[in-house]
Parts: sequence; structure tokens; C-alpha cells
Amino acid sequence: MPDTRQIPSPIVTVENEAFWNAAREHRFTVPICSACGKAHWYPRAICPFCGSDKVALRDASGKGTIYTFSVMRRAKERYAIAYVTLAEGPTMMTNIVDCDFDAVHIGQSVTVVFKDSEDGPPVPMFRPDEA
Amino acid sequence: MAIKGKAYIAGAYEHPTRRAPDKTVAQLHAEVALGALKDAGLTRDDVDGYFCAGDAPAPGAATMAEYMNLKLRHLDSTELGGTSYVALAAHAAEAIALGKCNVALVTLAGRPRSDGQATGTAPRQRDASQPEAPWEGPYGLTTANSYAMCAMRHMHQYGTTSEQLAWIKVAASHHAQHNPNAMLRDVVTVEDVVNSPVIASPLHRLDCCVISDGGGALVIVKPEIAKSVKRPPVKIIGAGETVKHLSGGFFDLTTSGASRTGPAAFAEAGIKPADIKYASIYDSFTITVLIQIEDLGFCEKGAGGKFVSDGNLISGVGKLPFNTDGGGLCNNHPANRGGMTKVIEAVRQLRGEAHPAVQVKNCDLALAQGTGLQLGSRHGSATLIMERE
Repeated sequence: MPDTRQIPSPIVTVENEAFWNAAREHRFTVPICSACGKAHWYPRAICPFCGSDKVALRDASGKGTIYTFSVMRRAKERYAIAYVTLAEGPTMMTNIVDCDFDAVHIGQSVTVVFKDSEDGPPVPMFRPDEA
Repeated sequence: MAIKGKAYIAGAYEHPTRRAPDKTVAQLHAEVALGALKDAGLTRDDVDGYFCAGDAPAPGAATMAEYMNLKLRHLDSTELGGTSYVALAAHAAEAIALGKCNVALVTLAGRPRSDGQATGTAPRQRDASQPEAPWEGPYGLTTANSYAMCAMRHMHQYGTTSEQLAWIKVAASHHAQHNPNAMLRDVVTVEDVVNSPVIASPLHRLDCCVISDGGGALVIVKPEIAKSVKRPPVKIIGAGETVKHLSGGFFDLTTSGASRTGPAAFAEAGIKPADIKYASIYDSFTITVLIQIEDLGFCEKGAGGKFVSDGNLISGVGKLPFNTDGGGLCNNHPANRGGMTKVIEAVRQLRGEAHPAVQVKNCDLALAQGTGLQLGSRHGSATLIMERE
């Protein structure tokens, strides 16, 4: 199924630009706190669990499972919004792409794929592992 | 300090308009304010506390205070989306309990219908300073697919079906047929709902609330003033308020903030869910109702589908008559915010002034529950419990 939806560019800030610089190299990173050891989402400079500012972006596995999803039908081009639980622990909002939307299901294994945004850095989305 | 018995709702007014292209938002706020004051038998000069939320022209209370020429000693512009007014009613009670004001005015108004807003299906404008914006904007998050993801997960986790969700709309339509101001007055069936077009799977068009102009207002007063008011006294006896968010990426979308605000409100009121005779439950979507009634303890977690499909929400039929004005699903959803009308219909029920076809007999305890912003990301929750004296 062709995916022709224009993807709005993410807003790049001083706080998140390291993530988007990695994304430009198609590296998917997850923020992990060096003080408490926990991964979180969405990436921020201050750990939401312990308040430490010792948060570092680490290369992630890019693997996850679909926690929930919804196919938007009231739109020019259909698209599947989802929450994917990452192998590293946290659950992130994303899109499920490159697949038959009618076959998408909760619990499905997915792998990260970067998709170009309108005029910003590429955005991490996920593709089902099985056809 | 508890608010139980410290404040009374003396005036309530719902604007009859559902489409107001000939009025401004500020004008609608003033019209509902005057309507509620008239209902209470009070005047603008009596008001010394004013409460509004994000629907008021920015920056909120200061702007509307000037427009209405109010002289105030207490103001509050808390923004929790559509549930703000449930929370603000409690804030008014808190301010009155502390002696910060005697007569509190709460207003809501807006005209998204006249402005042609695609309320649920278009992404909202983002402020670049919102830290979550980069992580949601690219993915096409809208109000509809946010709630739809909660419904999808609830179905997966508890076996809830589209037919069960449809019963919530069916119950609302049974009530709306008696409301001459309701936007949708036709009684619908489960088949009508599940055969309506899918908007964001698994939610159908008839799982979504209406888009309407309009508004409403409340006047909340201290007990001494309530005694002199001619209207039946409605006492505020308990409240709860929270924000439930994504907690750094570790969350459960089948549970709402009502799981915290319900127990807090019941504890303050000193009653239990089974004591409630009538409940206004925020109904932006059918799934919103289902999750809140579970979280409030009206049924077990996960059993909401069975509870609603037994007709339990229909007045005169079930255990928990809800939204007897037709709610957001059928009556109105002024400014895309349903919290105000939730409190107003609860006041009507406690006064015995609901439509006779839907009036709950001996309605002495009522609850209003709101979920604002987005259930599938961060949402405000507020619970208010009221008693007829």
C-alpha cells in the first residue's frame, strides 16, 4: 500500500536536537538516565523518574510491539496511529507503515523505519515484522 | 479542610443556541453569566469571584471580567479542557470555604460550529513550546484517534465490543428525544451506530459527540446566601481533580483519571457509588463514558461493556441514569467542552427540573464527571458530587 501522507515536520529544539541529528543518520535512540538507569519517552533533558539531568541518548534496538492503534479513515489518506512498547521499556506514539492496515493488530512485533517529513528530519515509524 | 457543605449551586443556565454565527464568544459568555445570575435571583454586583477556562478569550478571567465589568476579589482560569468547569465548580467551593469570595460565577461559551472547526478529525494547532509536540505532531494525533486508541486497547484487554459501546449512544438518544434544544433528537439503535461510517477505528461516527456552539454558567454561593435564594438548594459535598498523563512512557490507556478523582470525591462526600441516583458522565465519545463508569466504581473494571448493554444508563430502565439531557452525544458540546452541561443537568435532576420523561425519582445525590483534553495522551479529570437539601 503506498504511503503518500505528508508527514508534518517535528519541531526541533535545543532540548531534542541530538535525537533528530541521530535520526538524520537513521539511528533510533532512546533516552536513558545515567543516575537511575531508566529509559523514558518522550526524550527530555530532565529524567521524569528521578529528576537527574544526566540523561543520555543510547542507540536502541528499534524493536517493539504494538500496544494499541487506530486507523484514521476520516482523512485524505488513511494512516495508522499507534503506541508501540519498545524493547527498552517505554511506550511511544508512532505510525505503523508499509503494511495492510486491516491486518494490523495489538501485540504485533514491529521494527523501526525512518520516514521523511515535509522539510525536517526523518521521523521514526514502525513496520510489522511479518507480512 | 473539606468543601463538604461549604458552598451551594444557586444558579445554573444553559444557552439554548446550538449555532450562533451572529454572536461573539465574549457575548455568549456574558449571556450565560446573566442567565445563571437571573436563575439564582442575584445580580452582577453580587459577584466577587469569577472562574473560566481556555474557551474564554485570552488571557481568560481578566478579559471577561472587563467585558462584563465585574468587580472581583478572586479569579481562577484553570485549564483542563472540557472538564474544566467540573473542576472550577469545586475551586469555587474551595474559595468560598476559605472566605475568598461569596458569590462565584463560572462561565463557558464558544462557537466551533459557526467557525467550521473540524474538532475531532484534524490535528490541533501546536505551540512550539509544548514539549510533547515534536513527538505527536508528525504522527497525525487528533482527538478522535486519541480516544480510538483507548477503545482499541479496552476491546483487546477486556473483550469490549462496538455493539456494547453503541448502547451508550442509544441511551443518550433515548433521553435526547425529550429535549427540544438537542441537536440530535432521533432515537437510534445499536445497528445505526455500528453501521455508521468508521471515523478512527474502532470508533464510528455515532460514537462521537456533536460539534455545537453555545455555553453555560453556574453561580455558586456561600450557605448564608443559599438560604435566601429562591431556588432549590444544591449542596456541593465532594470533589476530586487530577491530570493523568503518559508517565514517561509507562501507562495504561484503559484507565482514566476518574480512578483517582472518583475515590477522592466519594471519600470527601462520605458516600459510595451505589448511593448515586443520577450521573452526568462526560461523553466526548462512547468509550469516554465506558472507561469513566468503570473507574468511578459503578461496575468492575472491564465490565463496562456488559453494564451499558443491559440498558443501565437509560433513565427509568437502568441502575445508573446518565446524561438525561442527551449529553454531548446528542444534545450539545458547546466550545468542544462538555463539563459545564454535565454539572447543569445534574443540578436540574437534583432540583427535580429535568424533563418529566427522564427525571429520576427522589434524586437526592448526583455526580458530574468530566474528562478533558485527550484520554489517549494527557487528560484532566474532575469529579463533583452534589446533594439536594
